[in-house]
Amino acid sequence: MERIPILKMGNYLLVSIQVDMHDQLALQLQDDLTSRIVATGVHGVLIDISALEMVDSFIGRMLANIASMSRILDAQTVVVGMRPAVAITLVELGLSLPGVRTALDVERGMELLSATVDAAERDDDFSLR
Amino acid sequence: MAKTRSTRLAEVIRQHEQEILTDWVALQKDSIATRRDLMNEPELKRQSQDFLNSFMAASEGGNDDIHSPAWHPVLELIGRICETRAVQGFSPGETATFVFSLKRPIFTHLRKSVPDAVAVADEIWTATLMLDALGLYATEVYQKSREGVITRQQQELLELSTPVVTLWQGILALPLIGTLDSARTQVVMENLLQRIVDTGSLIAILDITGVPTVDTLVAQHLLKTIAAARLMGADCIISGIRPQIAQTIVHLGVDLNTVTTKATLADAFAIALKRTGLMVTKAPRAGGSSGPMAPTAEV
Repeated sequence: MERIPILKMGNYLLVSIQVDMHDQLALQLQDDLTSRIVATGVHGVLIDISALEMVDSFIGRMLANIASMSRILDAQTVVVGMRPAVAITLVELGLSLPGVRTALDVERGMELLSATVDAAERDDDFSLR
Repeated sequence: MAKTRSTRLAEVIRQHEQEILTDWVALQKDSIATRRDLMNEPELKRQSQDFLNSFMAASEGGNDDIHSPAWHPVLELIGRICETRAVQGFSPGETATFVFSLKRPIFTHLRKSVPDAVAVADEIWTATLMLDALGLYATEVYQKSREGVITRQQQELLELSTPVVTLWQGILALPLIGTLDSARTQVVMENLLQRIVDTGSLIAILDITGVPTVDTLVAQHLLKTIAAARLMGADCIISGIRPQIAQTIVHLGVDLNTVTTKATLADAFAIALKRTGLMVTKAPRAGGSSGPMAPTAEV
């Protein structure tokens, strides 16, 4: 069965969606990603959807859910490379994904991720003191 | 039965072709006397000659119905002439006169050539029917091509009215002018998002100085655009909010708390520069070769 690969890069997990998402694939990704976050103990997840051309309300909600789940597992999530058409569709569907961090491309996403992870860690250090 | 009549008409025209043409052109010259700037005489004469020739050829077929195949060349010719005239700026009346003014010379010659009064009346009636139909067709074509011009202009206006300008590397500005309706918001949104992708910009400033009124619908459209830009990873700043508009927004209960808003485009630009790690410094006075107030990377 096809799966979306989840790559570990340093302290982050990298998910690059290169195929058209269907419902089963999204559910599978949700399972895989949450277990990988727990297994590896990373604090940042980057989801690249630059190859995603079509979304429906289900996939849109899945993206929001995956981001929320990662956050609960103490991993900051950044969604990068959303296409204009996809963005318009999501907004028209009423899914503006509040609480999901976004960036234009992988490079900027990485910057944002390291900045937010650093900030989160600083906050934790401060609260421990 | 129509056959004999129409053939007779064609016969009369053929016999007196040159005279009819001269009379007709003279009549038209009077009617377009004020339009010398748009069309010269040789061109008018050429058009009239072409039309008369094809009219004659078509009426020789003996078919009164101008939508039958025999009349296709005539309709095509009228279509061409009227389209050019619509573009040249003739009025609908002047365009229709091109066809209608042919009546008088034709009727005059029919009266002269056909001795029988009843036959003349019949001939004139047929000719009137045909020329009226052609005149109406001319007006129709004129109207259609004018409508085409209007539609094209509307489209162009829509595209022109939503420019996306690059203020600085990574900073886009979108000066919105005019009412924001759904169709326009769609164009604005698509343009903006495409430019964000093309330029890799992080910040977009939506300047609503030129938006006359902001109601809930417009505000919702703005928020949609901002949400879509955010999904792609770009931040939006709204600027150019006039006092009345600020009052309206609050009275309507539109929630703009999640969006950065600035009173002027300058303020918005300043914060955009700050966010991208740039600042504006004064150029050194002596020997400063760089332009005044050039934003430079912060060190």
